[in-house]
Formats: sequence, C-alpha cells, structure tokens
Amino acid sequence: MTVNLSTDYLGLHLANPLVPSASPLTGNVDTMRRLEAAGAAALVLPSLFEEQIEHEAMQVHYALETGAGHYAEAAGGYLPEMDDYNTGPQRYLDHIVAAKAALGIPVIASLNGTSRGGWTLYARLCEEAGADALELNVYFVAANPDMTANQVEMQYLELVATVRDAVSIPLAVKVGPYFSSMGNFARQLVMAGADGLVLFNRFYQPDIDLDTLDVAPNLVLSSSAEMRLVLRWTAILKGRVDASLAATTGVHSGHDAVKLVLAGADVAMMASALLRHGPEYVTTVLDSLASWLDDHGYASVDQAKGSLSQQSSPDPAAFERSNYMRALTTYSAG
Amino acid sequence: MKPEFVTVDGNEAAAHVAHRCSEVCAIYPITPASPMGELADAWSQHGRPNVWGTVPEIIEMQSEGGAAGAMHGSLQAGALTSTFTASQGLLLMIPNMFKIAGELTPAVIHVAARTVATHALSIFGDHSDVMAARSTGFAMLASSSVQEAQDLALVAHAATLRSRVPFMHFFDGFRTSHEVAKIARIADDDILALIPDDLIADHRFRALSPNRPALRGTAQNPDVFFQAREAANPFYDALPGIVQETMDQIAERTGRSYRLFDYLGAPDAERVIVLMGSGAGAAAEAVDRLVARGEKVGMVVVRLFRPFAADALLSALPESAVAVAVLDRTKEPGALGEPLYQDVVTALAEAAATGARPGMPRVVGGRYGLSSKEFTPAMVGTVLAELARPLPQPRFTVGITDDVTRLSLDVDRDGWSEPDDVVRAVFYGLGSDGTVGANKNSVKIIGEHTDLYAQGYFVYDSKKSGSWTVSHLRFGPRPITATYLIDEANFVACHNPGFLTKQDVLAVAAPGATFLLNTHHPADAVWDHLPGEVQEHIVAKDMEFYVVDAYKIAREAGLGGRVNTVLQTCFFALSGVLPREEAIAAIKTAIEKTYGKRGAVVLQRNFAAVDAALVGLEQVKVPVAADGRSGILPPVPEDVPDFVDRVTAMIIKGQGDLLPVSALPVDGTFPTATAQYEKRSIAEEIPIWDPDICIDCARCALVCPHAAIRMKLYEPEALALAPHYFPAREWKGKDFPDHLMTIQVAPDDCTGCGVCVDICPAKSKEMARHKAIDMLPKAEHLEQERERWDFFLTIPEFDRAAVRLDTVKGSQMAQPLFEFSGACSGCGETPYVKLLSQLFGDRILVANATGCSSIYGGNLPTTPWAVDAAGRGPAWSNSLFEDNAEFGLGMRLALDSMGETARRLLEKMAPQVGSELTAALLADQGIGEAAIAAQRERVARLKGRLKDVDDPDAGRLTAVADALVRTGVWIVGGDGWAYDIGFGGLDHVLASGRDVNVLVLDTEVYSNTGGQASKATPRAAVAKFAAGGKPTGKKDLGMIAMAYGNVYVGQVAMGANMTQTVKAFAEAEKHPGPSLLIAYSPCIAHGIDMERQMTHQKQAVESGYWPLYRYAPVADDDGHPFRLDSRTPTIPFRDFAMSEARFAMLARANPEQSERLLDLAQADIDERWRLYEQMEDIERTAGDLERDEEEVAL
Repeated sequence: MTVNLSTDYLGLHLANPLVPSASPLTGNVDTMRRLEAAGAAALVLPSLFEEQIEHEAMQVHYALETGAGHYAEAAGGYLPEMDDYNTGPQRYLDHIVAAKAALGIPVIASLNGTSRGGWTLYARLCEEAGADALELNVYFVAANPDMTANQVEMQYLELVATVRDAVSIPLAVKVGPYFSSMGNFARQLVMAGADGLVLFNRFYQPDIDLDTLDVAPNLVLSSSAEMRLVLRWTAILKGRVDASLAATTGVHSGHDAVKLVLAGADVAMMASALLRHGPEYVTTVLDSLASWLDDHGYASVDQAKGSLSQQSSPDPAAFERSNYMRALTTYSAG
Repeated sequence: MKPEFVTVDGNEAAAHVAHRCSEVCAIYPITPASPMGELADAWSQHGRPNVWGTVPEIIEMQSEGGAAGAMHGSLQAGALTSTFTASQGLLLMIPNMFKIAGELTPAVIHVAARTVATHALSIFGDHSDVMAARSTGFAMLASSSVQEAQDLALVAHAATLRSRVPFMHFFDGFRTSHEVAKIARIADDDILALIPDDLIADHRFRALSPNRPALRGTAQNPDVFFQAREAANPFYDALPGIVQETMDQIAERTGRSYRLFDYLGAPDAERVIVLMGSGAGAAAEAVDRLVARGEKVGMVVVRLFRPFAADALLSALPESAVAVAVLDRTKEPGALGEPLYQDVVTALAEAAATGARPGMPRVVGGRYGLSSKEFTPAMVGTVLAELARPLPQPRFTVGITDDVTRLSLDVDRDGWSEPDDVVRAVFYGLGSDGTVGANKNSVKIIGEHTDLYAQGYFVYDSKKSGSWTVSHLRFGPRPITATYLIDEANFVACHNPGFLTKQDVLAVAAPGATFLLNTHHPADAVWDHLPGEVQEHIVAKDMEFYVVDAYKIAREAGLGGRVNTVLQTCFFALSGVLPREEAIAAIKTAIEKTYGKRGAVVLQRNFAAVDAALVGLEQVKVPVAADGRSGILPPVPEDVPDFVDRVTAMIIKGQGDLLPVSALPVDGTFPTATAQYEKRSIAEEIPIWDPDICIDCARCALVCPHAAIRMKLYEPEALALAPHYFPAREWKGKDFPDHLMTIQVAPDDCTGCGVCVDICPAKSKEMARHKAIDMLPKAEHLEQERERWDFFLTIPEFDRAAVRLDTVKGSQMAQPLFEFSGACSGCGETPYVKLLSQLFGDRILVANATGCSSIYGGNLPTTPWAVDAAGRGPAWSNSLFEDNAEFGLGMRLALDSMGETARRLLEKMAPQVGSELTAALLADQGIGEAAIAAQRERVARLKGRLKDVDDPDAGRLTAVADALVRTGVWIVGGDGWAYDIGFGGLDHVLASGRDVNVLVLDTEVYSNTGGQASKATPRAAVAKFAAGGKPTGKKDLGMIAMAYGNVYVGQVAMGANMTQTVKAFAEAEKHPGPSLLIAYSPCIAHGIDMERQMTHQKQAVESGYWPLYRYAPVADDDGHPFRLDSRTPTIPFRDFAMSEARFAMLARANPEQSERLLDLAQADIDERWRLYEQMEDIERTAGDLERDEEEVAL
C-alpha cells in the first residue's frame, strides 16, 4: 500500500510534511533545486534581517564618511563611491524571485524586523516578489527587567496584527518557547492573525571562549534530543489552536518526523540534518517516514497527524509535569 | 538658452571638460590634482562617455613620469589624450613634455598649480611648478576661477588640436582646484562646435600607422638639429591668434568673454598691476573699488602666458599707464625678476624701443601668494599705492613681513570690507564631524536652488587625527570673485565647543553677526561656560547667539558623532538665505542625493536629525556685559625652548602668518622633539592602568601608534618623590629582581584610539570586561594622569645595554624617539616607526619618502621625531616621493666615505692620538648597545685629545670622528613609493649591496592622497582608481628582493606576531647588507575600525593573506635562508576580507565580480603559500655576502 504523505500547511497543499527551514541551503538556487528534487514539499528562505540591512547601510555610510572632509590631501575620503551599494532588501527580493522561478514547490519567505515600519514594508515587498507565504521570525530576548511579560506579549501581538493587515499571503509566526503560558499566547497569536505557528525559534546562544574569555555568540547544529520540547508543545497545541503547526528544531530522521506528525505537526522542518548530510538526505527521511507509516498500517499522514496529541493521547498528563515525575519514579524504581 | 548651473570645484570643472574631450587619460595621484584623475576614473567606471560616445580609458601609472610616457605613446598612436598633475608630478613629466611639444602633438595637461618642494614640501598653490615647465614648448593657459577652469579647459582642448601645440592648462591649487562655486556648465554642443571632426581626423592622420609608416623620434646631429628646432616656429606664431579665436567662439556661444590679456579698470589708468591665476579675483575687487573712488588704476589678467603674445599685452595695457607692477606667484632665486615680470618688461621695452609704445612705464616686480599665502584686495591696494610713490620699490613681496631683506610692503588692511549683500559664513568643525561635507552641500543647495551665487572654500590643519576644518562660505547676488578667506563673517558656527579654548574663533565675526555654538549647555546656562574672550566678542559686536546640542541630537538619531546635518540645518534656519521650509526641503533633497545610494536608514536618520535640529535650536539671551575669565589656553606649556616659544607656538595657535622672515630657518632645518609641546588633548577617553591585573607584557606600549602609553622599569628608589598613589607594580621577570614597573598614559597626547586596550590580554578575574588598561573618560582622570605623566617622565630611562632589545618587553624598555604624531588615531604605520625609533633611534639617519609618514613625521608645526636624555635621536629628512631609496643610499655613501676618511686620518695621527686608542677605534666595534656606547666614549676621548693637537689634520679628523661610530640608515616610506614610483630606485639600492635598511609601511594604497590603488593593493579590494575591484594581484615585493640573495627580507605584521616583528627589525639592522622590511599597516582606507587594527593584522596572517617570513642571507653552502614564521592558513581569505569595507563593499556593489576576484585571491594565497613552503627547503648561499661585508664594514 502507498501511504498518502500529503499535508496542508498554511492553506498550502503540500506533497509531504518535510519542509527545509531557513539555512544556507535555502539561500542558494542550486541547493534549493536539489532539495526539491530530493522531495522537499516547500521551503523557507533564510531570513531577511532588517537590523542587518540597517547595519550594512550604516557601515557603508561610515566607511565612506571616515576621513572625508578631514584632511586637505584626501578631502574626498578614502574609499571610492560605487554605483550601488545594494544595502537594501533588493538582493533578498531577487532571491525570492529566483527561487520562485527555479522551483515548483511553495516558497516561504522569512522576515525578521526591528521596527514596525520595517516589518510591514518588507512583508509587503516579500509578497510582491512572489513568496507563497511569509514566516515572521520573531527574535526578541526580553533582557530588560523593567519590561513585563504582558508588554512583551503585546509587542508580539501588535506586530503580527500589523503584518497581517499589510499582506494577504499566509502568515506563519515563529517564536521561542519562553512564555509563561505558551498555550494561551499561541492562541492569542492566532487571534492576531497568524495562520500557522512555527515551534520553535532557536536563538543564537552566547558562549564563552575559555582562551580569550570573550563572550562569543555561537550557533551549533541541533540534535535529535532538542526535538522533545517541540514535540511537547506540538502535542499540547494540536487541536487547541486554529492554525497550522510546524515543528522545527531537532528533526534529524524519519522517525523524528513521524513523532512530530503523531504529536500533531502539519509539517516538520529541518535544517541541521540537511546541513550535515546534504540536501539529498530529504529522500532518506521521507523514505523512513513513509516506511514507518506503512509498516504500522497508516494510510496517510493526515490519519496519523495528531493521533498522539495531548487531546488524543491515552496519557495526556505525560505531556505535562508528570512526565518529569514519572521519569524520576521509574528511575528510583529501577 | 539659459545655461545649466552646477556647483562644482575647480578640479571637477576642468576634469569634466577633459573627460568629455579625451579618449585616454594616463593618471597618477598628486595633491591637489588627484581629484581630477579620481573623477575621470569614476566617470569611466560608470560608463560615462566623451562627447563622441567613447568611454575614455583611464589608466593609473606608476608615476607621473610613467603617465607622461603613456600619454606620449597614446598621442603617437592617435588618441585624444590628457592627464592631470601638479608640482613635482609636473616636473617628472617635463622630459616627455619636451618631446610631445617638439613633435607638435596636440595634448592637454591640466595642472592644479602647486608649490614645488624646496626648503620644504608644500601641498598648497603657487606657480612654481608651471614656471619650471615653461621652457618645454607647451602653451600655458591660466585660469583664475572655477568658471574659467572649465571654460579655458575647453579652450585648451580645442586650441591644441587647431594649433598642434600641446597645452598646459593651469589654475591655482586649492584656491581654485578646491573652491566650490556655482558656474555655468559648458554644454556638449559647445564642445562639439569647438572641436570639429576634421581636427580629430588630422590628429589621427598624423599618428603612427603601419599603413603609412613613418619614423618619429630620430636622433639628429649638429648639422640639422637646430634648423629642425626652428621649423616649428610658425606654429607658435599662429598660436595666440588661434587661442583668441577659440575664446571668441566660446564668448559667442556662452556670452563669457576672455582675452589673452584681459584688462579691467579705468581706461586712462596710470597705475596697473599685471598678474595671473586666482589672485585676479582679489585684484579685480580692489581695482573696482579704487576706480569707483576715482583712482586711475587698472589690472591686466594674463591668460595665455606661453607663447607670450606681446602685441596682445600691449593692446590690453592702456598707454596711459606710467607705473606697472607685475606680480608673480613664484620665486626664482637669483633671477633679475620672476618670469612674468621679465616677459612684461621685455615686451614693454621692445615696444618702447621700436616706438610701438610712446614710452616705457616704470615696471616693478613683486612676489605674492607662495604656497597659498593669502592674497587680498588690501594687498592689491597696497601694491597700487606703492606704484603711486615717486620711487616705488623695484622688487617687493606682499603678504608677508620681510624683516631681513626688507622687501615686503606694509599692507594697510583698513577699509577693505566686503560688500554688505554678500552673506559670509565661517564654520569651525572637526574633520571627523562631517562639517566640510555638509558645507559643500550647503553651497550646492544655495547654488542650485536659488539665483544666488555661492562659494565654498575649506581650510584644513595638517593633522590626520583630531584635525580641525574651517569652512568659508559666501552667497551673493553676483558671481563671487573673492579669492581669499573671510575675515569679517556675518555668521560664525563653532561645531565643537573645545575650539573656544584653543582659538579666538569669534575674531572673525563682524558686528551684528550671528553665532551658533554646538554645546551640551542649554541656552540659559551656556553663558557662564564661555571663555571671557568669546563673551567679549558677543557683547562688543552685539551678536545674536544660538546654541544647539548637536551631539545629543545626532546620537539620538543614530548618527554617532556626525553632527553635520544638525548644524547645517541650524545654519539654514538662522541665516535666512532661503525661507526655512524651502531650506529644510532642500537639505533633505541634498541628503537624498548624497546618501541615497547608501540605504534607506541612512536617509531616515539624517532626516530625523534635520527635524530634531530645529527643535533643539535655542537663542541665548546675551547679558549686557562680559564677565567670564580668560579661557584661551596657551599654545605650548611654559619653559619650552626659545624657538618653540617664538615660532612653533605661533604656528600652533594659527598665527603663523604673522611670523616675520627672520623667525624662520634659512634652509628648512628645524629642531626635533617638538611634538611634546603641542598638547592637543583630543581624546575623549584615555587608557587607565590597573597594576593589580597587569602581566607586564608590554604589548600596549608596543602597539600604541602615538607613543602615548609607555612602560618604564626602575628601582624602587625612583619613587622617592612620586606623587600620591603613583601606580607601580613589582617586575615579575627574573631578569630584573626587585625592580618596579609602571605603565603610564600621556593624557594630553593620547588620541583615544583604544588599540592598547584592544590588545591587552590581562582581564580581571572578578569582572572580565575590566582589563589591565581600560578606556575611561578623560575628563575624570585628566588632572591625576597629568601629574602622574609628569612624574613618569622624571624617572630615568632604563639602561638600554642591560636589556634584550630584540624582545617585545625589552624593546619597550627603550625610550620612544618618535612620539605624539598627528597620524590618524589608531594608525597602522606608526607603531613600526616608533619601534624603529626605540631600537636604534639614537644612531640613525632616516630618509623618508613623501607620503603619510613624511606628513605626520615632518609637517609643521611640530615633529614627533624626538631626542633622548643625551640629546641624540633620529636625524630625519624627506627628499622626494620617487627618490627615497637613492636618497638614503646617498646618506650611506656619505657616512661610509667619512668613516673611511676618519680611519685614514686616525691611522695617520696614531702617534698623537695614542696607539691604544687608535687601535681600539679602528678595531671591529661589534654590534649592540655596549659596543656603540664604548665606541662613542672612545670617540669622545679622541676628540678630547685632538683638541690640543696643533695639526690641520686634527681639525679634519674631529669633523668626521663621529663617523667612527656605526650610524644606521633607515629608508622609510609607503607602498606607493616602494611598489610604484620609487621601485626602480629601490631595486637599484637593494642591488647595491650597501648597508641600508628599508622599511615599507604597506597600507596597500596611496594613503596620504586618499586611498588610490598601488601595486600593493590586493586583488578584490576596491580603492580609488580601482572602484570596480582591483583585478590583478598584489606584487610580491619581498620575493623580488629575495631574488638578489644577499638582501635581508622580513615580512611582518605586528598584530599577528610581535616577537617576529621585533626580531626582524633587529636582524635587519644587524645585517651588513641591504635589508627590506615589509610591514603590514592597516589604514582607514581599509574601511575598518582602527581600534581593532591589530586583530585585522592577526586575521590577515591567519588567512594566509599576509604570510610572515624572514629571509636572512647566510654564507653557508647548505644554509636555509628562508624561514616561514606564520602557520598554515586556518581561515579562508573570505572570512578576513569580509571584515574590511574595502573588500566587503565590492561584495555588496558587484557580487559576481567580487566572487570571481575573491576566488582568484584565494588561489593567489594558496599558490603563494605553496611556494613559500617550498622556499623553506631551499638551500642558498648569499653569493657575495661575505664580500659585501668586507666592502661595507666600518
């Protein structure tokens, strides 16, 4: 029997639930083509970072201004004026256009803004460039102790509502897990206009270089173990929010993907494993996913989807605190 | 048709025409002409064609000599060819100019006329360069304004094709080349009309072609050369007529009329001055006013100087003239008069003799304006008044006080105020705050948005860090001819409150003027913070006074310290030149035009600054009387040497113009060790030392570009008189037990670059951000650190002979004899120069190529080259840009020759001197501190003994006895010199085998002239003249030098390996033959944060981009001379490159090109590394090393 792997995500009908998430692989047309050929059902482009765009423009500005009008022999500054510095979003928008031209699968643009004007402007530009959907990659470390949880959440919600008003393509919101009431907040995001939630954002985390004693931001590739947090919240939210669910972080094998589908994910997103094994690894994961479903008598992804969500699970408490307690108990008993 | 008006400077005006009229431009950077080449290059890069549709080919050559050669070849092959140059550059073109003219080849050289270096280099303007080229056969056409720089440029391009005589079109450097003015742009149709196709076809037809072969450039013998030289005469005879016809054509098409000699003034003038160049503007103003007063005066402006059209002069000069003063902006020592004077006298004398003119007026000659010395209507008035005297001075100078030969005229400055309807604004800014750029924009805004005429002229000081700028802006209803600085401004802006205590900034304010001050003090509190001098000006002149906290506004808008937009907005709001709303809109349009390409955020932030500026602008209620204390600080401390007190101090406080001739050295010789007296105190933050954390590594002192943080080692007794809390710590090294050490900042000399803190490896265990040195606000530490620094200086320097100077720590125990330079904050070159001075400073001559190092090393008012307690220190000189290696070799030859003489005389006088001392003096003195000290002591004894010897040889030996002590020669310069213009000489000097040491400060661009590409510029980097990314790889200078086999070569990067750097310096000095050190020197032209320059050096090495090595010639047959000191590259070149704007900008602007070039650059690196790895295994004997040692050993 052939398992029907198709799934719906953000209103897009996808051939299967495997979606490469933002990574260098989706920043290059050749590797995107290979991902599609290997079976990727859609893909998410690397994020357009408003902060980066601003930073680059200001860097160009300072580089050109340094030394200009400073000294008689070099009154014109020290670097040549160029025709164009391409500091704006155009390269990113061109990438959307190139991806759309090269691929048959849906292309999801990803956006990280810093200002309200920036979010809406760039969202609109991504839509105009042809993106099939937009993923808001909201990255905010609430380090200010004067800022309340409510203020943080309001900031997210206003942002989602603003972008929702600005574009008509489907909107996914990628957030981190660090909210006091993730479920409630997820629901509010959906009410604010999110068509889907992407669980979870994986921040660059600081590290300390023991040689130099410098704090050095560092991104390490994920491992399967990190999938558990996503699994928990996918399972909890499935059926409780009226939105698509994408599970991302720690998806390294077909079995990881199966687990997330069982928990309720509409799609499983991958980056680290693909970076490690290459774009063709999508086929391996897909084959493994299909085999497992087939071996276990599932006719389709839809059938399996959410069958082990908290609502559908025979042991709902396992997704809550008892998980921890039982582990301890099992340990002491053993 | 109404012409298009543009607001451009003289360089752009001339370059526009040159680019429109040329097919090939061979260029080379030289101040103040560089912008012409840069613009031409940029236009061609952007695909802008000439008027016939071809994009001109612009090629940067290795020197002006090369540019002239390439121009000559291009002309011979039939292209319309031009170039741009000035000063020494023009002089380097002279040999080709004779050829080009001798061959009657149409060509144009546009010259931003600049002083030729004599007793000193000067970048400023006069006619000494063009006058030095006046015998080449080139026609010489002089422009006296920005408008003329454009119009006469076209006359030159058109008339050269008509006449076949090549043209030198010149205008005054800086005064015209850098003055921004509103001019009517010449239309392409006008250019096409003046240069018909048949002239170009004729030029092509005369070109060399194998289809009609010809021979040009023959060698001729006495039989025919003379006649052939005379054969060209008709072309010169015809030329004045052709030029006038061309000028007439321009007049017909544009309404702007020019004559070969233009006369202005009373038709029946009795007193007339004759001059050419920008001085004509000031002269015209003076003559106009005097004529209006009824005086019978006039002036002749010379436009065509060569060929000198005597008839045209005679027609221009009224017959009524009885006294004529000819003013030359040049000096020809020993001549009967300067060139223009001589020609005018000859023309008049011949006319008088032949009866063409009824009689001979009295003609006097004067010099003015050398090196951009101010030339004002008052001076013109003085000259004309002199002509009214019964016996005017036959030779005079004007604009200076000559109390030696008493040639100068006393200038009466009263009564020469500018007309009331001209808005005159003066802005004092910091180089780094963008004041000049904003003011250029303001001139453009007013020039292009209103019917007013506008002018901007900008004065810079000579420092590259903490520099000041003074902008002089005029706006008025008539074309502005005032070619001199504003001395009565009706608007004065002070963009940095620190200026108020350094200069009398309001001295320039006219009564009733408006004063705008950038300060953090609000309007109701600022008064009490003003120096008394400023208050007095405000009250006495009844000024309106406004304040704005531009720093705060700029910071909040995200613009850092760039306050220009804020203050520009305030200027428009206050000056009323434009209605406020219109002005704001125009500023924003200008911002968009200037910064639009850089990104939306740049615009948004500047717009925000504009809007916030108006809100922050406040008027100050001025009290009726001044009550502040005097606040202008003395320019130098008390107790300075007499010369510094009398001369240097005047220059520092901006009053060098007042110094009389007698105050200046007659031969350009100045005392060293003067930078210590120029306390500029420009840092906002300074490094403060925490002895508890310090690990005695001395890195901070080594890397400090300004010798402003130092380490001293001393015995505890030295602290007997120390001020309270003078910080010290026990020296941890076992070499000097029971010693203390201190790291101390010179708070008024530090530029706040932060390189020392960036390199400091010692972090607090409790708080990692706290290092052994931290950058902290200067204001909070100044008094304490001043006291500590003063004491620190009193601690005796450590005994050089007792330390290993070839180690990092040891080198930093030696006193820097290069300190407090005006180099850029965080300069990548000066740490090497300072290290050189520490290791060998008391025993070296320095030959310094022109460039950054000659400017921060030798530009007045002060020099960083210093002396030790014994009064010894580097003796420094700059000859030229191109000849520095030869210059240094000459020093070596002289030292060796004097050493030889000394030895010969000593041997001869051994009986009188004593055999023991003689033998000791003649023995191999060895190398090292102790050996030097011992030989110095012996030489002192020798001189002592010779004193009493009654023999002429005793005097002779005494005069050369110092040559018995080993004196090193260091040849220092940048990559522009070593890789390009001076390479031929450098190669020859390296080949000579003589004991000279060459230090190449490799910034990989021509840094001093603004970052033009050299052959040291790496592939994939952008630079001026390589805006599309340098397509070719960097020249491997070290490998070329290694080919000789007997040259010591070291490639170093201090930030990557300090020990290797110090060792390479020490080995280079010890090497008995030629040595070459190539030192990686980060520069602001790299587009990096200079605070992190040492990290960039490290990455350059880690990527394999800058391998470290030492090639030490060995005499052994199986010796391995090459040692690769850096490790196998660990990071890709891209990772390094993308951290520097010079590479990253191309990656943004043209990603495909960048990718291609970065791949090639990586391949270069891989290949070079492979080669160097193989080099490690080579066995090679320095063939003639031993012979060289014998020959050159003292």
